[in-house]
Amino acid sequence: MIMNDFAVEVNQLIKNYEKIEAVKGISFSVPKGELFGLIGPDGAGKTSIFRILTTLIYPTGGDAKIFGLDVVNDYRKIRSNMGYMPQRFSLYQDLSVKENLNFFATIFGTTIEENYDLIKDIYAQIEPFKHRLAGRLSGGMKQKLALSCALIHSPDILILDEPTTGVDAVSRKEFWEMLIRLKEKGITILVSTPYMDEANLCDRVALIQNGAILSIDQPEAIIQHFNRKLWAVKSGNMYQLIHDLKSMDTIDTVYPFGEYLHVTSKDEFIDKNKLESELHQKKHQNIEIHEISANIEDCFMELMN
Amino acid sequence: MTEHTENIIEVKNLVKKFGDFTANDSLTFSVKKGEIFGFLGANGAGKTTALKILSGLSLPTSGSVRVAGYNVYKDRDKVKKNIGYMSQKFSLYEDLTVKENIRFYGGIYGLSSKYIRQKTTELLKRLKMEDIKDKSIKSLPLGWKQKIAFSVAVFHEPKIVFLDEPTGGVDPITRRDFWEMIYEASHNGITVFVTTHYMDEAEYCDRVCIMERGKIEAIGAPTALKKEFNAQNMDEVFLKIAR
Repeated sequence: MIMNDFAVEVNQLIKNYEKIEAVKGISFSVPKGELFGLIGPDGAGKTSIFRILTTLIYPTGGDAKIFGLDVVNDYRKIRSNMGYMPQRFSLYQDLSVKENLNFFATIFGTTIEENYDLIKDIYAQIEPFKHRLAGRLSGGMKQKLALSCALIHSPDILILDEPTTGVDAVSRKEFWEMLIRLKEKGITILVSTPYMDEANLCDRVALIQNGAILSIDQPEAIIQHFNRKLWAVKSGNMYQLIHDLKSMDTIDTVYPFGEYLHVTSKDEFIDKNKLESELHQKKHQNIEIHEISANIEDCFMELMN
Repeated sequence: MTEHTENIIEVKNLVKKFGDFTANDSLTFSVKKGEIFGFLGANGAGKTTALKILSGLSLPTSGSVRVAGYNVYKDRDKVKKNIGYMSQKFSLYEDLTVKENIRFYGGIYGLSSKYIRQKTTELLKRLKMEDIKDKSIKSLPLGWKQKIAFSVAVFHEPKIVFLDEPTGGVDPITRRDFWEMIYEASHNGITVFVTTHYMDEAEYCDRVCIMERGKIEAIGAPTALKKEFNAQNMDEVFLKIAR
Protein backbone atom coordinates (compact mmCIF):
# COMPACT_ATOMS: atom_id res chain seq x y z
CA MET A 1 0.00 0.00 0.00
CA ILE A 2 1.23 3.51 -0.65
CA MET A 3 1.46 5.86 2.28
CA ASN A 4 -1.60 7.90 1.32
CA ASP A 5 -3.94 4.97 1.86
CA PHE A 6 -3.45 5.35 5.58
CA ALA A 7 -5.46 7.70 7.71
CA VAL A 8 -3.22 7.04 10.71
CA GLU A 9 0.36 5.80 10.99
CA VAL A 10 1.91 5.41 14.41
CA ASN A 11 5.56 4.47 14.60
CA GLN A 12 7.37 3.45 17.81
CA LEU A 13 5.34 5.94 19.79
CA ILE A 14 6.48 6.62 23.34
CA LYS A 15 4.91 8.84 25.99
CA ASN A 16 6.40 9.24 29.44
CA TYR A 17 5.02 11.33 32.28
CA GLU A 18 8.07 11.80 34.51
CA LYS A 19 8.85 8.25 35.59
CA ILE A 20 5.65 6.71 34.29
CA GLU A 21 5.84 5.07 30.87
CA ALA A 22 2.29 5.48 29.61
CA VAL A 23 2.97 4.43 26.01
CA LYS A 24 5.86 2.06 25.40
CA GLY A 25 6.87 2.16 21.73
CA ILE A 26 3.57 1.39 20.02
CA SER A 27 3.22 1.04 16.24
CA PHE A 28 0.06 0.58 14.20
CA SER A 29 -1.65 2.00 11.16
CA VAL A 30 -5.26 2.53 10.21
CA PRO A 31 -6.35 2.50 6.55
CA LYS A 32 -8.72 5.22 5.37
CA GLY A 33 -12.36 4.47 6.05
CA GLU A 34 -11.71 1.92 8.79
CA LEU A 35 -13.51 1.73 12.14
CA PHE A 36 -10.60 0.98 14.45
CA GLY A 37 -10.93 0.20 18.15
CA LEU A 38 -8.42 0.64 20.93
CA ILE A 39 -9.61 -1.79 23.58
CA GLY A 40 -8.16 -1.86 27.07
CA PRO A 41 -8.64 -1.04 30.75
CA ASP A 42 -8.06 2.31 32.47
CA GLY A 43 -4.38 3.18 32.50
CA ALA A 44 -3.58 1.16 29.36
CA GLY A 45 -2.48 4.30 27.48
CA LYS A 46 -5.53 4.84 25.27
CA THR A 47 -6.04 8.50 26.13
CA SER A 48 -2.33 9.33 25.80
CA ILE A 49 -2.28 7.86 22.29
CA PHE A 50 -5.41 9.78 21.31
CA ARG A 51 -4.10 13.04 22.78
CA ILE A 52 -0.94 12.67 20.69
CA LEU A 53 -2.95 11.87 17.56
CA THR A 54 -5.20 14.89 18.15
CA THR A 55 -2.03 17.08 18.45
CA LEU A 56 -2.82 18.06 22.03
CA ILE A 57 0.36 16.66 23.59
CA TYR A 58 3.80 15.84 22.21
CA PRO A 59 5.11 12.32 22.08
CA THR A 60 8.26 11.59 24.12
CA GLY A 61 9.57 9.46 21.28
CA GLY A 62 8.55 8.03 17.90
CA ASP A 63 6.18 9.73 15.54
CA ALA A 64 2.63 9.71 14.29
CA LYS A 65 1.00 10.86 11.07
CA ILE A 66 -2.59 11.68 10.19
CA PHE A 67 -3.27 11.49 6.43
CA GLY A 68 0.50 11.75 5.97
CA LEU A 69 0.78 14.89 8.12
CA ASP A 70 3.06 14.90 11.15
CA VAL A 71 1.27 15.40 14.49
CA VAL A 72 3.99 17.74 15.79
CA ASN A 73 4.82 19.87 12.77
CA ASP A 74 1.54 19.91 10.89
CA TYR A 75 -0.85 20.23 13.78
CA ARG A 76 -2.83 23.11 12.28
CA LYS A 77 -3.67 21.23 9.10
CA ILE A 78 -4.52 18.11 11.06
CA ARG A 79 -6.88 19.92 13.42
CA SER A 80 -8.97 21.42 10.65
CA ASN A 81 -9.74 17.97 9.30
CA MET A 82 -10.29 16.06 12.55
CA GLY A 83 -13.21 15.64 14.91
CA TYR A 84 -12.45 14.74 18.53
CA MET A 85 -14.64 13.68 21.41
CA PRO A 86 -12.63 13.66 24.61
CA GLN A 87 -13.58 11.30 27.39
CA ARG A 88 -15.07 13.95 29.58
CA PHE A 89 -18.09 15.86 28.33
CA SER A 90 -16.32 18.91 26.99
CA LEU A 91 -19.07 21.12 25.65
CA TYR A 92 -20.11 24.38 27.22
CA GLN A 93 -22.59 23.43 29.92
CA ASP A 94 -24.06 26.92 30.14
CA LEU A 95 -24.64 27.29 26.42
CA SER A 96 -27.72 25.80 24.82
CA VAL A 97 -27.60 22.83 22.46
CA LYS A 98 -27.83 25.07 19.43
CA GLU A 99 -25.33 27.62 20.78
CA ASN A 100 -22.77 24.87 21.32
CA LEU A 101 -23.19 23.59 17.81
CA ASN A 102 -23.03 27.11 16.40
CA PHE A 103 -19.88 27.81 18.39
CA PHE A 104 -18.05 24.76 17.06
CA ALA A 105 -19.22 25.48 13.50
CA THR A 106 -17.95 29.06 13.77
CA ILE A 107 -14.49 28.25 15.12
CA PHE A 108 -14.02 25.83 12.22
CA GLY A 109 -15.16 28.56 9.79
CA THR A 110 -18.37 26.87 8.73
CA THR A 111 -22.07 26.98 9.50
CA ILE A 112 -24.62 24.47 10.78
CA GLU A 113 -26.49 24.73 7.47
CA GLU A 114 -23.43 23.92 5.37
CA ASN A 115 -22.88 20.48 6.88
CA TYR A 116 -26.35 19.78 8.19
CA ASP A 117 -26.72 16.65 6.06
CA LEU A 118 -23.84 14.96 7.84
CA ILE A 119 -25.20 15.50 11.34
CA LYS A 120 -28.90 15.36 10.46
CA ASP A 121 -29.49 11.77 11.69
CA ILE A 122 -27.88 12.46 15.04
CA TYR A 123 -28.82 16.07 15.62
CA ALA A 124 -32.48 15.53 14.70
CA GLN A 125 -32.82 13.45 17.89
CA ILE A 126 -31.79 16.36 20.11
CA GLU A 127 -33.13 19.23 17.97
CA PRO A 128 -36.44 19.31 19.90
CA PHE A 129 -34.32 20.39 22.90
CA LYS A 130 -32.13 22.86 21.02
CA HIS A 131 -32.79 25.68 23.49
CA ARG A 132 -31.95 23.55 26.53
CA LEU A 133 -28.60 24.16 28.25
CA ALA A 134 -26.08 21.44 27.46
CA GLY A 135 -25.50 20.90 31.18
CA ARG A 136 -29.13 19.87 31.59
CA LEU A 137 -29.14 17.09 28.98
CA SER A 138 -29.26 13.39 29.84
CA GLY A 139 -26.11 11.32 29.29
CA GLY A 140 -27.29 9.92 25.97
CA MET A 141 -28.29 13.35 24.67
CA LYS A 142 -24.99 14.94 25.74
CA GLN A 143 -23.21 12.26 23.79
CA LYS A 144 -25.26 12.99 20.66
CA LEU A 145 -24.54 16.70 20.99
CA ALA A 146 -20.82 16.06 21.47
CA LEU A 147 -20.76 13.88 18.38
CA SER A 148 -22.66 16.51 16.37
CA CYS A 149 -20.12 19.15 17.46
CA ALA A 150 -17.21 16.88 16.54
CA LEU A 151 -18.71 16.39 13.07
CA ILE A 152 -19.90 19.90 12.25
CA HIS A 153 -16.83 20.80 10.15
CA SER A 154 -17.15 17.58 8.14
CA PRO A 155 -13.81 16.03 9.16
CA ASP A 156 -12.34 13.00 7.39
CA ILE A 157 -11.33 11.40 10.67
CA LEU A 158 -13.08 11.11 14.02
CA ILE A 159 -11.28 10.27 17.25
CA LEU A 160 -13.57 9.24 20.10
CA ASP A 161 -12.13 8.63 23.56
CA GLU A 162 -14.34 6.22 25.52
CA PRO A 163 -17.60 7.65 24.17
CA THR A 164 -19.67 4.87 25.76
CA THR A 165 -18.19 4.85 29.26
CA GLY A 166 -20.89 5.54 31.83
CA VAL A 167 -23.65 5.33 29.24
CA ASP A 168 -26.59 2.96 29.61
CA ALA A 169 -27.11 -0.05 27.36
CA VAL A 170 -29.71 1.60 25.13
CA SER A 171 -27.66 4.75 24.47
CA ARG A 172 -24.58 2.60 23.94
CA LYS A 173 -26.32 0.60 21.23
CA GLU A 174 -27.66 3.74 19.55
CA PHE A 175 -24.20 5.29 19.64
CA TRP A 176 -22.61 2.34 17.85
CA GLU A 177 -25.37 2.42 15.24
CA MET A 178 -24.48 6.07 14.60
CA LEU A 179 -20.78 5.23 14.26
CA ILE A 180 -21.49 2.52 11.74
CA ARG A 181 -23.56 4.94 9.64
CA LEU A 182 -20.73 7.51 9.76
CA LYS A 183 -18.25 4.87 8.67
CA GLU A 184 -20.49 4.14 5.67
CA LYS A 185 -20.03 7.79 4.67
CA GLY A 186 -16.29 7.14 4.40
CA ILE A 187 -15.16 8.73 7.66
CA THR A 188 -12.21 7.02 9.36
CA ILE A 189 -13.06 6.39 13.01
CA LEU A 190 -10.76 5.62 15.93
CA VAL A 191 -12.61 4.74 19.08
CA SER A 192 -11.36 3.61 22.47
CA THR A 193 -13.32 1.57 24.98
CA PRO A 194 -12.81 -0.53 28.11
CA TYR A 195 -15.77 -2.74 27.09
CA MET A 196 -14.49 -5.88 25.45
CA ASP A 197 -17.85 -6.65 23.86
CA GLU A 198 -17.59 -3.52 21.71
CA ALA A 199 -14.56 -4.98 19.92
CA ASN A 200 -16.85 -7.03 17.69
CA LEU A 201 -18.36 -3.85 16.26
CA CYS A 202 -14.98 -2.64 14.93
CA ASP A 203 -13.29 -3.58 11.64
CA ARG A 204 -10.02 -4.07 13.48
CA VAL A 205 -8.95 -3.68 17.07
CA ALA A 206 -5.78 -3.26 19.09
CA LEU A 207 -5.98 -4.88 22.52
CA ILE A 208 -3.88 -2.69 24.76
CA GLN A 209 -2.57 -3.09 28.29
CA ASN A 210 0.13 -1.22 30.26
CA GLY A 211 1.15 0.95 27.32
CA ALA A 212 1.74 -1.96 24.92
CA ILE A 213 -0.34 -3.70 22.26
CA LEU A 214 -1.17 -7.31 23.11
CA SER A 215 -2.69 -8.08 19.74
CA ILE A 216 -3.91 -6.21 16.70
CA ASP A 217 -6.23 -7.72 14.12
CA GLN A 218 -9.81 -8.20 13.03
CA PRO A 219 -11.86 -9.29 16.05
CA GLU A 220 -12.71 -12.65 14.41
CA ALA A 221 -9.01 -13.28 13.75
CA ILE A 222 -8.08 -12.56 17.37
CA ILE A 223 -10.70 -15.04 18.48
CA GLN A 224 -9.40 -17.67 16.03
CA HIS A 225 -5.98 -17.36 17.62
CA PHE A 226 -7.34 -18.65 20.89
CA ASN A 227 -6.11 -22.15 20.19
CA ARG A 228 -7.11 -24.13 23.25
CA LYS A 229 -10.31 -25.65 24.44
CA LEU A 230 -12.49 -23.53 26.64
CA TRP A 231 -15.16 -24.82 28.99
CA ALA A 232 -18.06 -23.11 30.68
CA VAL A 233 -18.67 -24.75 34.05
CA LYS A 234 -21.39 -24.12 36.57
CA SER A 235 -22.69 -25.70 39.76
CA GLY A 236 -24.98 -24.87 42.66
CA ASN A 237 -22.09 -23.45 44.69
CA MET A 238 -19.92 -21.17 42.58
CA TYR A 239 -17.61 -20.09 45.38
CA GLN A 240 -16.73 -23.68 46.21
CA LEU A 241 -16.49 -24.51 42.51
CA ILE A 242 -13.81 -21.85 41.95
CA HIS A 243 -11.74 -23.31 44.79
CA ASP A 244 -12.23 -26.92 43.78
CA LEU A 245 -11.33 -26.29 40.14
CA LYS A 246 -8.26 -24.23 41.06
CA SER A 247 -7.02 -27.04 43.28
CA MET A 248 -7.10 -29.60 40.44
CA ASP A 249 -3.75 -30.38 38.80
CA THR A 250 -5.20 -30.64 35.33
CA ILE A 251 -6.85 -27.20 35.40
CA ASP A 252 -4.98 -24.14 34.20
CA THR A 253 -7.18 -21.02 34.39
CA VAL A 254 -10.50 -20.45 36.15
CA TYR A 255 -12.28 -17.16 35.58
CA PRO A 256 -15.78 -16.17 36.67
CA PHE A 257 -17.80 -15.17 33.61
CA GLY A 258 -21.31 -14.22 34.62
CA GLU A 259 -23.21 -17.28 35.74
CA TYR A 260 -20.48 -19.65 34.51
CA LEU A 261 -16.77 -20.12 35.09
CA HIS A 262 -14.55 -20.19 32.01
CA VAL A 263 -11.99 -22.92 32.46
CA THR A 264 -8.93 -24.08 30.52
CA SER A 265 -6.85 -27.14 31.24
CA LYS A 266 -3.10 -27.67 31.24
CA ASP A 267 -3.13 -30.57 28.83
CA GLU A 268 -5.05 -30.03 25.65
CA PHE A 269 -8.35 -31.48 26.76
CA ILE A 270 -10.49 -31.94 29.78
CA ASP A 271 -12.40 -35.20 29.81
CA LYS A 272 -15.85 -33.85 30.43
CA ASN A 273 -17.15 -37.01 32.12
CA LYS A 274 -14.11 -37.29 34.35
CA LEU A 275 -14.38 -33.66 35.40
CA GLU A 276 -18.06 -34.08 36.08
CA SER A 277 -17.51 -37.13 38.28
CA GLU A 278 -14.70 -35.38 40.16
CA LEU A 279 -17.03 -32.47 40.86
CA HIS A 280 -19.75 -34.89 41.94
CA GLN A 281 -17.32 -36.46 44.40
CA LYS A 282 -16.74 -33.00 45.83
CA LYS A 283 -20.49 -32.80 46.44
CA HIS A 284 -21.35 -30.32 43.70
CA GLN A 285 -24.92 -30.35 42.47
CA ASN A 286 -26.59 -29.15 39.27
CA ILE A 287 -23.27 -29.36 37.42
CA GLU A 288 -23.17 -28.05 33.87
CA ILE A 289 -20.13 -28.35 31.61
CA HIS A 290 -20.16 -27.09 28.01
CA GLU A 291 -17.38 -26.62 25.53
CA ILE A 292 -17.59 -23.05 24.24
CA SER A 293 -15.79 -20.77 21.82
CA ALA A 294 -13.75 -17.92 23.22
CA ASN A 295 -14.83 -14.29 23.11
CA ILE A 296 -12.59 -11.23 22.99
CA GLU A 297 -12.41 -11.03 26.77
CA ASP A 298 -11.14 -14.63 27.00
CA CYS A 299 -8.50 -13.73 24.41
CA PHE A 300 -7.52 -10.59 26.30
CA MET A 301 -6.96 -12.58 29.49
CA GLU A 302 -5.03 -15.27 27.64
CA LEU A 303 -2.76 -12.60 26.17
CA MET A 304 -2.24 -10.98 29.57
CA ASN A 305 -0.82 -14.19 31.00
CA MET B 1 -25.63 -20.43 44.59
CA THR B 2 -25.94 -21.30 48.25
CA GLU B 3 -29.33 -21.53 49.90
CA HIS B 4 -30.73 -18.21 51.02
CA THR B 5 -33.74 -18.11 53.27
CA GLU B 6 -33.90 -15.14 55.64
CA ASN B 7 -34.85 -11.76 54.11
CA ILE B 8 -32.25 -9.11 54.90
CA ILE B 9 -33.92 -6.35 52.89
CA GLU B 10 -37.70 -6.01 52.69
CA VAL B 11 -39.25 -3.24 50.65
CA LYS B 12 -43.01 -2.79 50.30
CA ASN B 13 -44.65 -0.10 48.17
CA LEU B 14 -41.69 2.23 48.50
CA VAL B 15 -42.48 5.68 47.07
CA LYS B 16 -40.07 8.60 46.92
CA LYS B 17 -41.19 11.90 45.47
CA PHE B 18 -39.27 15.09 44.84
CA GLY B 19 -42.02 17.66 44.37
CA ASP B 20 -44.15 16.43 41.46
CA PHE B 21 -41.49 13.98 40.34
CA THR B 22 -41.83 10.36 41.45
CA ALA B 23 -38.32 8.90 41.55
CA ASN B 24 -39.40 5.57 43.09
CA ASP B 25 -42.89 4.50 42.16
CA SER B 26 -44.14 1.84 44.57
CA LEU B 27 -41.20 -0.57 44.66
CA THR B 28 -41.72 -3.96 46.26
CA PHE B 29 -38.91 -6.49 46.51
CA SER B 30 -36.87 -8.44 49.02
CA VAL B 31 -33.27 -9.63 49.19
CA LYS B 32 -32.16 -12.73 51.05
CA LYS B 33 -29.21 -13.14 53.39
CA GLY B 34 -26.01 -13.90 51.49
CA GLU B 35 -27.58 -13.18 48.13
CA ILE B 36 -25.78 -11.27 45.37
CA PHE B 37 -28.49 -8.93 44.19
CA GLY B 38 -28.13 -6.70 41.14
CA PHE B 39 -30.02 -3.44 40.98
CA LEU B 40 -30.01 -2.33 37.36
CA GLY B 41 -31.29 0.50 35.28
CA ALA B 42 -30.32 3.40 33.04
CA ASN B 43 -29.15 6.72 34.44
CA GLY B 44 -32.17 8.39 35.96
CA ALA B 45 -34.15 5.17 36.45
CA GLY B 46 -34.25 5.72 40.21
CA LYS B 47 -31.41 3.45 41.41
CA THR B 48 -29.52 6.07 43.39
CA THR B 49 -32.69 7.32 45.09
CA ALA B 50 -33.54 3.81 46.26
CA LEU B 51 -29.94 3.12 47.28
CA LYS B 52 -29.92 6.25 49.47
CA ILE B 53 -33.08 5.09 51.21
CA LEU B 54 -31.78 1.56 51.74
CA SER B 55 -28.56 2.90 53.24
CA GLY B 56 -30.34 5.22 55.65
CA LEU B 57 -29.28 8.47 53.96
CA SER B 58 -32.73 9.55 52.87
CA LEU B 59 -36.29 8.86 54.00
CA PRO B 60 -39.04 7.38 51.82
CA THR B 61 -42.15 9.45 51.07
CA SER B 62 -44.21 6.35 51.91
CA GLY B 63 -44.01 2.58 52.05
CA SER B 64 -42.23 0.22 54.38
CA VAL B 65 -38.50 -0.50 54.20
CA ARG B 66 -36.59 -2.84 56.50
CA VAL B 67 -32.84 -3.22 56.14
CA ALA B 68 -30.83 -5.69 58.23
CA GLY B 69 -33.85 -6.05 60.48
CA TYR B 70 -34.25 -2.31 61.11
CA ASN B 71 -36.93 0.13 60.06
CA VAL B 72 -35.40 2.92 57.97
CA TYR B 73 -37.78 5.53 59.39
CA LYS B 74 -36.88 4.91 63.03
CA ASP B 75 -33.50 3.23 63.13
CA ARG B 76 -31.39 4.89 60.47
CA ASP B 77 -28.29 4.86 62.66
CA LYS B 78 -28.60 1.13 63.20
CA VAL B 79 -29.10 0.61 59.47
CA LYS B 80 -25.89 2.55 58.79
CA LYS B 81 -23.91 0.50 61.31
CA ASN B 82 -24.96 -2.74 59.69
CA ILE B 83 -24.11 -1.91 56.11
CA GLY B 84 -20.96 -1.25 54.12
CA TYR B 85 -20.66 0.92 51.01
CA MET B 86 -18.23 1.08 48.13
CA SER B 87 -18.40 3.11 44.96
CA GLN B 88 -16.00 3.18 42.07
CA LYS B 89 -15.71 6.95 42.24
CA PHE B 90 -14.95 7.43 45.89
CA SER B 91 -14.16 5.00 48.62
CA LEU B 92 -10.64 5.58 49.88
CA TYR B 93 -8.58 8.62 50.85
CA GLU B 94 -5.91 8.92 48.19
CA ASP B 95 -3.45 10.74 50.45
CA LEU B 96 -3.67 8.23 53.26
CA THR B 97 -1.76 4.96 53.21
CA VAL B 98 -3.40 1.56 52.88
CA LYS B 99 -3.10 0.99 56.63
CA GLU B 100 -4.36 4.46 57.51
CA ASN B 101 -7.44 4.00 55.35
CA ILE B 102 -8.26 0.74 57.08
CA ARG B 103 -7.74 2.31 60.52
CA PHE B 104 -9.85 5.32 59.57
CA TYR B 105 -12.83 3.27 58.42
CA GLY B 106 -12.51 0.85 61.31
CA GLY B 107 -12.54 3.83 63.69
CA ILE B 108 -15.61 5.36 62.05
CA TYR B 109 -17.50 2.15 62.71
CA GLY B 110 -16.41 2.28 66.34
CA LEU B 111 -14.13 -0.76 66.33
CA SER B 112 -11.45 -0.87 69.05
CA SER B 113 -7.83 -0.06 68.19
CA LYS B 114 -6.71 -3.49 69.25
CA TYR B 115 -9.30 -5.21 67.09
CA ILE B 116 -8.44 -2.97 64.14
CA ARG B 117 -4.71 -3.75 64.48
CA GLN B 118 -5.29 -7.45 64.67
CA LYS B 119 -7.72 -7.57 61.74
CA THR B 120 -5.55 -5.27 59.63
CA THR B 121 -2.64 -7.71 59.90
CA GLU B 122 -4.89 -10.57 58.85
CA LEU B 123 -6.38 -8.60 56.00
CA LEU B 124 -3.05 -7.41 54.59
CA LYS B 125 -1.79 -10.97 54.68
CA ARG B 126 -4.86 -12.30 52.90
CA LEU B 127 -4.61 -9.59 50.22
CA LYS B 128 -0.83 -10.23 49.94
CA MET B 129 -0.35 -6.50 50.50
CA GLU B 130 1.92 -6.53 53.56
CA ASP B 131 4.73 -4.88 51.58
CA ILE B 132 2.63 -1.93 50.48
CA LYS B 133 0.79 -1.19 53.71
CA ASP B 134 2.57 2.16 54.12
CA LYS B 135 2.12 3.31 50.53
CA SER B 136 -0.38 6.02 49.74
CA ILE B 137 -3.51 4.87 47.94
CA LYS B 138 -2.85 7.20 45.02
CA SER B 139 0.37 5.37 44.14
CA LEU B 140 -1.44 2.05 43.63
CA PRO B 141 -2.94 0.56 40.46
CA LEU B 142 -6.72 0.82 40.09
CA GLY B 143 -7.25 -2.90 40.60
CA TRP B 144 -5.45 -2.89 43.96
CA LYS B 145 -7.40 0.15 45.12
CA GLN B 146 -10.58 -1.64 44.24
CA LYS B 147 -9.68 -4.72 46.29
CA ILE B 148 -8.72 -2.54 49.26
CA ALA B 149 -11.91 -0.50 48.91
CA PHE B 150 -14.01 -3.64 49.01
CA SER B 151 -12.09 -5.03 51.98
CA VAL B 152 -12.55 -1.74 53.83
CA ALA B 153 -16.28 -1.74 53.05
CA VAL B 154 -16.69 -5.16 54.72
CA PHE B 155 -14.07 -4.60 57.46
CA HIS B 156 -16.69 -4.05 60.17
CA GLU B 157 -18.47 -7.26 59.07
CA PRO B 158 -21.68 -5.62 57.91
CA LYS B 159 -24.75 -7.66 57.07
CA ILE B 160 -25.05 -5.99 53.69
CA VAL B 161 -22.52 -4.34 51.41
CA PHE B 162 -23.69 -1.91 48.74
CA LEU B 163 -21.49 -1.71 45.66
CA ASP B 164 -22.14 1.22 43.36
CA GLU B 165 -20.84 0.40 39.86
CA PRO B 166 -17.85 -1.41 41.25
CA THR B 167 -15.86 -2.84 38.36
CA GLY B 168 -15.83 -0.30 35.53
CA GLY B 169 -12.49 0.29 33.84
CA VAL B 170 -10.33 -2.42 35.38
CA ASP B 171 -8.59 -5.09 33.33
CA PRO B 172 -10.49 -8.35 32.84
CA ILE B 173 -8.32 -10.47 35.16
CA THR B 174 -8.48 -7.98 38.04
CA ARG B 175 -12.20 -7.82 37.48
CA ARG B 176 -12.44 -11.60 38.00
CA ASP B 177 -10.35 -11.37 41.16
CA PHE B 178 -12.83 -8.82 42.38
CA TRP B 179 -15.84 -11.02 41.65
CA GLU B 180 -14.13 -13.84 43.51
CA MET B 181 -13.96 -11.55 46.55
CA ILE B 182 -17.67 -10.87 46.15
CA TYR B 183 -18.46 -14.59 45.95
CA GLU B 184 -16.39 -15.10 49.09
CA ALA B 185 -18.28 -12.37 50.96
CA SER B 186 -21.57 -13.91 49.88
CA HIS B 187 -20.32 -17.35 50.95
CA ASN B 188 -19.60 -15.87 54.39
CA GLY B 189 -23.18 -14.67 54.64
CA ILE B 190 -22.74 -11.03 53.64
CA THR B 191 -25.49 -9.85 51.32
CA VAL B 192 -24.09 -8.05 48.28
CA PHE B 193 -26.25 -5.38 46.68
CA VAL B 194 -24.77 -4.18 43.39
CA THR B 195 -26.12 -1.18 41.50
CA THR B 196 -24.90 -0.91 37.96
CA HIS B 197 -25.89 0.01 34.44
CA TYR B 198 -23.38 -2.45 32.97
CA MET B 199 -25.41 -5.44 32.01
CA ASP B 200 -22.49 -7.85 31.96
CA GLU B 201 -22.11 -7.31 35.71
CA ALA B 202 -25.69 -8.44 36.05
CA GLU B 203 -24.72 -11.88 34.80
CA TYR B 204 -22.76 -12.52 38.02
CA CYS B 205 -25.70 -11.87 40.34
CA ASP B 206 -27.98 -14.48 41.91
CA ARG B 207 -30.96 -12.28 41.13
CA VAL B 208 -31.41 -8.92 39.47
CA CYS B 209 -34.04 -6.24 39.49
CA ILE B 210 -34.35 -3.95 36.46
CA MET B 211 -35.62 -0.41 37.06
CA GLU B 212 -37.06 1.83 34.40
CA ARG B 213 -38.57 5.26 35.04
CA GLY B 214 -38.92 4.72 38.77
CA LYS B 215 -40.58 1.31 38.50
CA ILE B 216 -39.39 -2.27 38.71
CA GLU B 217 -39.86 -3.75 35.24
CA ALA B 218 -38.39 -7.20 35.85
CA ILE B 219 -36.99 -9.20 38.73
CA GLY B 220 -35.47 -12.67 38.86
CA ALA B 221 -32.40 -14.81 38.28
CA PRO B 222 -30.45 -13.86 35.12
CA THR B 223 -31.10 -17.32 33.65
CA ALA B 224 -34.84 -16.97 34.22
CA LEU B 225 -34.97 -13.44 32.78
CA LYS B 226 -33.01 -14.47 29.70
CA LYS B 227 -35.52 -17.24 29.17
CA GLU B 228 -38.53 -15.00 29.83
CA PHE B 229 -37.35 -12.36 27.36
CA ASN B 230 -35.94 -14.88 24.92
CA ALA B 231 -32.54 -13.16 25.06
CA GLN B 232 -28.92 -14.33 24.76
CA ASN B 233 -27.63 -12.09 27.53
CA MET B 234 -28.72 -9.48 30.05
CA ASP B 235 -27.89 -6.67 27.64
CA GLU B 236 -30.63 -7.97 25.33
CA VAL B 237 -33.05 -8.35 28.24
CA PHE B 238 -32.42 -4.73 29.15
CA LEU B 239 -32.84 -3.50 25.57
CA LYS B 240 -36.14 -5.35 25.28
CA ILE B 241 -37.43 -3.80 28.49
CA ALA B 242 -36.19 -0.29 27.75
CA ARG B 243 -37.48 -0.04 24.19
